[in-house]
Amino acid sequence: MPQPRRLVEGNEAVAEGAIAAGARFFAGYPITPSTEIAEVLSRRLPQVGGHFIQMEDEIASIGAVIGASLAGAKALTATSGPGFSLMQESIGYASMAQVPCVIVDVMRGGPSTGLPTLTAQQDMMQARWGSHGDYRIIALVPDSPQECFDLAVEAFNLSETYRVPVFIMTDETVGHMHEKVVIPPADQIQVVERNWHKGPKEEYRPYQFTGKDVAPMVKAGDGYRFHITGLTHDERGYPALTPEQGKKVVTHLIEKIDSNVDKISRVEEDGIDGADVVVISYGITSRIAIRAVQDARKAGLKVGVMRLITVWPFCEQKIRELAGKIKGFVVPEINYGQIVLEVERCSAGKCKVISVNSCGGAVHDPEEILTAIKEAAK
Amino acid sequence: MWEIKFSGFGGQGIVRCALITGKAISLYDGKFATMTQSFGPEARGGACQSQLIISDNRVLYPYCTVPGVLIALSQEAFDLYEPGLGDGGILIYEEELVKPSGDAARVKRYPIPATRFAEEAGNRLFTNLVVLGFFSAVTGACSADAMKKALPGLVPDRFLSKNIAAFDKGYEFGVAQSGAVAAGAAQ
Amino acid sequence: MNDVVRTIDDATFRKQNPMAEFLRMERMPHIWCPGCGIGSVVTSFAEAVKESGLDMDKIAVVSGIGCTGRVAGYVKFDSLHTTHGRAIPVATGLKLANPELKVVVFSGDGDLTSIGGNHFIHAARRNMDLLVICVNNFTYGMTGGQMTPTTPTTANASTTPYGNYEYPFSLPFLADAAGASYVARWTSLNARNITDSIAEALTRKGFSFIEVITPCTTLYQRRNRLGDGLDAMQYYHDDADIEHGADTRNVGIDYQGKIKVGKFVDRQKPTYLEAVNTHYANVIGDDYELYGKTPPEKKAEEDAKKAGIDDLSEADSTTCDSEDDA
Repeated sequence: MPQPRRLVEGNEAVAEGAIAAGARFFAGYPITPSTEIAEVLSRRLPQVGGHFIQMEDEIASIGAVIGASLAGAKALTATSGPGFSLMQESIGYASMAQVPCVIVDVMRGGPSTGLPTLTAQQDMMQARWGSHGDYRIIALVPDSPQECFDLAVEAFNLSETYRVPVFIMTDETVGHMHEKVVIPPADQIQVVERNWHKGPKEEYRPYQFTGKDVAPMVKAGDGYRFHITGLTHDERGYPALTPEQGKKVVTHLIEKIDSNVDKISRVEEDGIDGADVVVISYGITSRIAIRAVQDARKAGLKVGVMRLITVWPFCEQKIRELAGKIKGFVVPEINYGQIVLEVERCSAGKCKVISVNSCGGAVHDPEEILTAIKEAAK
Repeated sequence: MWEIKFSGFGGQGIVRCALITGKAISLYDGKFATMTQSFGPEARGGACQSQLIISDNRVLYPYCTVPGVLIALSQEAFDLYEPGLGDGGILIYEEELVKPSGDAARVKRYPIPATRFAEEAGNRLFTNLVVLGFFSAVTGACSADAMKKALPGLVPDRFLSKNIAAFDKGYEFGVAQSGAVAAGAAQ
Repeated sequence: MNDVVRTIDDATFRKQNPMAEFLRMERMPHIWCPGCGIGSVVTSFAEAVKESGLDMDKIAVVSGIGCTGRVAGYVKFDSLHTTHGRAIPVATGLKLANPELKVVVFSGDGDLTSIGGNHFIHAARRNMDLLVICVNNFTYGMTGGQMTPTTPTTANASTTPYGNYEYPFSLPFLADAAGASYVARWTSLNARNITDSIAEALTRKGFSFIEVITPCTTLYQRRNRLGDGLDAMQYYHDDADIEHGADTRNVGIDYQGKIKVGKFVDRQKPTYLEAVNTHYANVIGDDYELYGKTPPEKKAEEDAKKAGIDDLSEADSTTCDSEDDA
């Protein structure tokens, strides 16, 4: 059993969180800066009746995770940018076939091999749009080792609830940063179990396309003889290659997330009421941003803070409402400007939107954010 | 708030020093600590550094901006990081490995023959613990008691008592050198 | 539907079909062309499953993409139609999360050994407990007859209009070299042999590989002016020679040349999961709970414990047990 209070890095905290959530299968491939997650789970999973396997590449890793999930296991993989790119096709498959799974992306500087040992938040749009076709995923961004643990549990809960791949988009800084992590006793951790089909076997259908409800699942080997395909399919899982069915399936994949945004989305807010400027950030950047906000408030500026714990689905409604009330948004990210595009889209020209980008490798200097806040407040 | 940089070369237990201090602070001294380290190819042998931020409140910015304490266990580390140490800051260095240059009055310099002390305590591998004891006494950033509590799990069990002995040696030397900073005293 | 010429109605036909137990009859007719060999292999598979007496609820079939990839959609087992080339990784996850399953991969030559080639050799290397059946028709059928890694040199394909100038893989050699514990090859003419081979492989643990050379009448046969399915059968009849235990270094296939068939490899060695359990039991000792024990195995162990038999001998067993595969 892990000690309840420990000084651990984010990567280890994610691994422990996954185990606490009930994950018992990990397949992965070494890649900096995510490797510690695999290392920890290779040691820990055999201790808890789970299984770890190092696959031949990231494509195989996500494949094995999907297979394990369909056999009933809560399963995850962990990677970084290049591996995340390789996984995209199968992420689309998991979205289409509605296979619960969790993927941890410990972001590093890109593109390509880029800055393997340095921090970044450059995969945020890839998380959203990385695979071909229209679909939805959920992406959570922790800002500390403690939140790595907490969000790992939440990621599995969401994945099981909505039958959707859930990403934990952490980064090199949080992944390798050591802080105190409190691991609550098992009975105090809320864990969502898969919604297993309970009715007669003949009535079982692996899918329903109501746009809201998520069909219950069964395990391979339980005698349901189910079929799963990445082709457009009907309620039985059989290929149904028509434009009508295509519309039905895609609409469902999107609506099951979009119609539940209020339940899924978590945003931390501070000082929004009456603010002239709102700083929107996520992950490690939000900690840096708070420092800038503190300085700005000392200087008499009215600054609010929004920290996106859930980045996807995006909290569109909140941004739309705020845009009409404030002078401007400031959006610092460790990339060339990704989530700022969403903020711009939702604010629809009603207020200023200032991107404070950092092309990867290092967290912001709080001064840069402060300068942008002052600019936005003008 | 303390911004502390531990530096030296790979194999000296630099990262371990930061981990022990971070654990001591956040689990046993009731404060917040955030520890980061240089990572990647540059962390395998050669220069090595680790950063620790200690605060009464939650640490926001996880890296040192202007370190108030620098521990340098190699000449390279001194040359690289001493200029970044804040004016009036504390410089702790292994006196047989580092020949300090520059303005001696800019910062408070605390030399220690840590390697020799460690050898006297049984093995030069305990050098980092000697330094930690010294650091604890000189800065008061972390209590000796918390440091010792943090050791199990971070040093091999069979060497625990020797590590504690090495820590004590450094601590006593530190108390004598700095004119007694009481254990656990906050700055 | 013209009921007049039928002696029984469609629903009854589907229900009474001898394959109804094994196929999703509601999905018939299948998409395969007349003369295609995939159906023969599926029939042999069904026969073999029947022969094996395995619990059909504990069999899972995994396919990738392509004509053979459609097998998963027609067989009445837990069946996964995955992405192109990734049947083996998904099958691996399925097996590891539920070791009670007998997992069978049905895959074409392009899917398995081109885009999925890396997974193929690594699953063989690990001796992952999978039965992999490769329907090798020397071409990508679904996309219109392009060259694959098994297309014989000089053969025509839509992407080698001047003839293939690459060296092909010899799949039994590849599987053998990568560590497979069972390797056989047949042509689709050898229906009985395929059935026997699959039935035998279903009793084996570890990575079993069966290659079946089949005609793609629509594309490969036609593009190379080799006639129809019957001509392919004639070719197999004339040029396929059974040579059990043949050295896999010598079983390569030249364009319209001799085809060596038979069981080439049948070796016993610990499977991936056996290796995992043996190793952990050695390293961790009594505290290690063997991974993936089936409910019957757990019960047997408890009974043995009650009877005072040392239950650890189980963990040290490194040989394949051909009796118990369910």
